[in-house]
Amino acid sequence: MSLLEIKNLHASVGGREILKGIDLAIGAGEIHAIMGPNGSGKSTLAQVLSGRDLYHVTEGQVTYDGKDLLEMSPEDRACEGIFMAFQYPVEIPGVSNLYFLKAALNAIRKHQGLAELDAMDFLGLVKEKMALMEMDETLLNRAVNTGFSGGEKKRNEIFQMAVLEPRLAILDETDSGLDIDALKIVASGVNSLRSPARAMIVVTHYQRLLNYIVPDFVHVLAEGRIVKSGGKELALELEESGYAEMVETA
Amino acid sequence: MIERIREEARQRFSELGYPTTHDEEWRFTSVAPIVRTAFTSALPITTFRKQPGAEITRLSEAPVEQYLARYASYKDNPFVALNTANFEDGLFVHIPKGAVIEEPIELIMSSAANGHPTVTHPRVLIVAEPGSQATIIERYVGQGGTYFTNPVTELVAGDNAVIDHYKLQTEGDRAFHVATLQVALGRDTNFRSHNISLGGALVRNDVNAVLSQGSECTLNGLYLVDGEQHIDNHTAIDHAQPHAASHELYKGILEGKSRAVFNGKIFVRKDAQKTDAKQTNKNLVLSEDAVINTKPELQILADDVRCTHGATIGQLDPEGLFYLQSRGIGREDARNLLIYAFARDIVDRIQVAALRDQLEKLLLEKLHGNRN
Repeated sequence: MSLLEIKNLHASVGGREILKGIDLAIGAGEIHAIMGPNGSGKSTLAQVLSGRDLYHVTEGQVTYDGKDLLEMSPEDRACEGIFMAFQYPVEIPGVSNLYFLKAALNAIRKHQGLAELDAMDFLGLVKEKMALMEMDETLLNRAVNTGFSGGEKKRNEIFQMAVLEPRLAILDETDSGLDIDALKIVASGVNSLRSPARAMIVVTHYQRLLNYIVPDFVHVLAEGRIVKSGGKELALELEESGYAEMVETA
Repeated sequence: MIERIREEARQRFSELGYPTTHDEEWRFTSVAPIVRTAFTSALPITTFRKQPGAEITRLSEAPVEQYLARYASYKDNPFVALNTANFEDGLFVHIPKGAVIEEPIELIMSSAANGHPTVTHPRVLIVAEPGSQATIIERYVGQGGTYFTNPVTELVAGDNAVIDHYKLQTEGDRAFHVATLQVALGRDTNFRSHNISLGGALVRNDVNAVLSQGSECTLNGLYLVDGEQHIDNHTAIDHAQPHAASHELYKGILEGKSRAVFNGKIFVRKDAQKTDAKQTNKNLVLSEDAVINTKPELQILADDVRCTHGATIGQLDPEGLFYLQSRGIGREDARNLLIYAFARDIVDRIQVAALRDQLEKLLLEKLHGNRN
């Protein structure tokens, strides 16, 4: 059985339909890349899956681990193991990165019936994951994403993912705006989290990221529909021919 | 001497009467609920924690003629006149010349309705002699019932003194609280006021500071109101002499049908060149029924000064809320976290660890209480 099963998903924002019938099944351990031109609905799909109430699902079903995902609040989705790395991570002045992450981890652990981590254990975990992302430890005591550079924000997302260890990770254009060094760090962080139990959806506009995070499947999204699916070679094809041709021939 | 001042104040109050909303200073705050309540006089229950090196005595036992009622103007403010005419004793805090008082001096004023509405007029005089250093905490606490606390505190800081003043107001939920803190700063003083208002049904705080050459004056304020609470903060900073700096940051959180008023006056006198004044008032409005009136009033007569002011009124950031939720934090907790984050910089400015912890706890209790 698939971990995530999307059937005929339609979603709109402000009365405008963005997703026009998405079908997608994702199994544990799989990495699916979703590519497509700007405005194709890639980010909308990511946001709908994470529960952003700006988007209205007008038709279709999403089943996650046998449960009706669309009925769940964003925090319940997170507690059940869904994580979205934001395309534009939000700045939260006045809340330290450390406090935020501890509150998040303990909320998830509580939901799972686990004891809260004490300060020492938590700090140990956090430092290990920061080293993985080659992040400066001073970022822990700074307010969440506040005054972070673009690269620091994206790394902070993957760092959070490493700490929260989701079962389904959705990376929403995590590569955009990164230089090659930062991209490599982010990709190696993501790769270290690959596991047979964990699925990932990698939303990207550029093929470049997929040189470092090699997907099992690639889907091309255009005008709210998946117009083509294939293996990792599809990404290379796209690189050669561009989206225009693929969208036209679809 | 005191009797003559009392008589003058009594006279003055009978001329002024209670203010109405036609009075510019009281435009957004009606004291009608106070006027129509019949109060009986009660003695304020004051307790204090003295620290080695500082002296605390009853006003009646202290040689205070040169200070008492010479700063807080009973000629202009009817509530100051009312207090001056009626206060029963009060406390005199004296920090001797050059003394450095390490631990905070705490004054606790507690009130309660005694089966029927009562009124108290707590009076405090703080004199910090030149070169002294101290932290003073005034707490206003109260139980249930309708009562009226009408305190006046005069604080006189001598040259080069360093004074931190905290006021934590957690009156009962049907209480009226109309307070004046009048501050006179000597040359090169460093004064910080932290004015925290959480309780009371109808609350008005006046904080007035007159600066001398080289004084540095910081006014921090935080108010958290819900239900039908009304809070009015009026501050006035008088840059009477050159080279003084003032930094003011008042933050408010409004829920329910609460109302808040902020009025910040800054006067820069003609001779007060090189004044550096900054005023900020930020409000987080969490409900559609809450109302905030905020108004800066700058009067600048000198020409070589730097004065800035700004006021903001905002709601919780939905993006921030979603971000927290998407990491597993429940909606209520996420909301409280963001509200607390808003108040955070004021809380962090509190230097007394025990007070900071207490305030943190009070804020969280109040935030949680709102939705139970």
